[in-house]
Amino acid sequence: MKKYLSTLIICLVLAVFFVVVQLGINNGFITGYWVTNLYLVGINVILASSLNLINGFTGEFSLGHAGFMAVGAYSGAIITANLGLPFPLAVIVGMLAAGLTGVLVGLPTLRLRGDYLAIATLGFGEIVRVVLMNIDYVGGASGLRDIPFVVNWPIIFFSVVLSLLLIRNFICSSHGRACLSVRENDLAAEMMGINITYYKVLAFVIGAALAGLAGVLYAHYYTVLQPRDFSFMLTFDVLVMVMVGGLGSLTGSVVGAVLITVASAFLQSIPELRMVIYALLLIISAVFRPQGLLGEKEVSLKILQKLGGVFNGAVGSKQTH
Amino acid sequence: MTDLLQQLLNGLSQGSIYALIAVGYTMIYGIIQLINFAHGDVIMVGAYVALGCALMGLGFIPSLAVAMLTCAILGVIIERVAYRRVRPVSRLAALTSAIGVSLFLEYTMMYFLGADIRTFPAGFFPERTYSLWGITINNKDLLVLGTTLVLVIILQYIIYRTRTGKAMRAVSFDGQAAQLMGVNVNSTVAITFFIGSAMAAAAGLLYGIYFNTVQPLMGLMPGLKAFIAAVLGGIGSVPGAMLGGILLGMTESLVAGFGGSMYRDAVAFIILILVLLIRPTGLLGKGVQEKV
Repeated sequence: MKKYLSTLIICLVLAVFFVVVQLGINNGFITGYWVTNLYLVGINVILASSLNLINGFTGEFSLGHAGFMAVGAYSGAIITANLGLPFPLAVIVGMLAAGLTGVLVGLPTLRLRGDYLAIATLGFGEIVRVVLMNIDYVGGASGLRDIPFVVNWPIIFFSVVLSLLLIRNFICSSHGRACLSVRENDLAAEMMGINITYYKVLAFVIGAALAGLAGVLYAHYYTVLQPRDFSFMLTFDVLVMVMVGGLGSLTGSVVGAVLITVASAFLQSIPELRMVIYALLLIISAVFRPQGLLGEKEVSLKILQKLGGVFNGAVGSKQTH
Repeated sequence: MTDLLQQLLNGLSQGSIYALIAVGYTMIYGIIQLINFAHGDVIMVGAYVALGCALMGLGFIPSLAVAMLTCAILGVIIERVAYRRVRPVSRLAALTSAIGVSLFLEYTMMYFLGADIRTFPAGFFPERTYSLWGITINNKDLLVLGTTLVLVIILQYIIYRTRTGKAMRAVSFDGQAAQLMGVNVNSTVAITFFIGSAMAAAAGLLYGIYFNTVQPLMGLMPGLKAFIAAVLGGIGSVPGAMLGGILLGMTESLVAGFGGSMYRDAVAFIILILVLLIRPTGLLGKGVQEKV
């Protein structure tokens, strides 16, 4: 009964949030600049939580997120812009393409230790960029234009909620537990009969497909894609979000994505200094709090209950005095 | 045929620069099992310091010495500030910290010196070309090869003939056992960073002269490729890093020379994936059995 209650409360809060923001956009309370940032927050939440699934929950170290996002964005945009097919198909194709690329990249590289993966996926991201620049069908270096503008608040909102739900349910399933055991000690996990390559690739592919989804949303909001949008800097931004929020904390990724996106909106006029600040943030968070802001903890209604308990307790103790 | 030899020569020069960088990578990886992402940016700092010396009118050898010393100290500071506390806690955090240092160096440079490409003053290294059996040999090639050779011989001497080198080998073989035998692990790691970063600075100066560009992001690609060279040769092995660097340089040069210049950067990563699949220990590396 209690469990249903908390689910109900979360759904209610989300619904209220959704309606309030939609009304704000309709009535012009939220202006164009902040609508852009709101959508960007949504896209970044998807990116950060999916990277966290790979880096935080499975304990691998992927630096190829920009590459997967690019694959998703371009293949989705080809569906709508070049072939003129509807947007939902673009979402499906984008996610499939990114996920399939994830299989191709993951199968050979994930059999190795984390640091090799970092370099290999970094290289993968660069290769994607070079290849995209040399394909005339998608505009080469000058980019792909005239992608239909489809993305609106409901699409962003439901994509984010569904992605988070998918990742949360995955982590809580037996597959997710297997991924966690791979992170904690891959050799011991293998001894227990867990096929570690399978679970690493599984988490990697889900993460890649969600990055592809983020890419499709990105393409259909900005309507122009250029290969240089998907440089290593993008992966780095996402990595900062994950690290600040906490490796292995889903709510941490959400908090990190919101914080960093809002911070970069304010620091937009000084791009170099922004990167210096990010870099320092990354070093400081790694050195002094390697587990991130929230560590592996999740923010849930339990905290409210605890706070409530403390509050009630305090009130109770006062009464006894 | 001359074309082929010419490309091989170009590859040899470029490969020696990779080799110098790879040596630093492989030493640091060998001793603390961390990919020092900032290594590529130490190259960049080295190139800028040498450029500053050149602009002040110093010659090649003094500029090289100043750049190597500055970067060696920078390397020690990086290890002390960004890695030492994190290393024992978590590999992922250490790797993240390394990426942070890398970006910090790049964008601090960009903030203070701008993103423009700078070049060494014309009189710093007067170019000459020689012709031999139809191959053009530039004195840049000779400079790069000579400097690399001298530095690597010095390095081999330090590692295999001195007490410090013995300590470095001991720590990279088994850190805990070395500590029990009275080796000061922290200072040995610091010395490794000192030497590796000095090598990187030399590579930075050579790279700056060879391609005649110095800019804040110049270290990124050579850094990544040198890491691949280190993996190709067998990570942790200095001769392996040399061999890997030169092989990679030659392969790239051949690919670029025979029509595939746009895939030049992709080749290195394809090599990486192939090596990891076929022979993860690299050409000269030794396999290690992991235990729970």
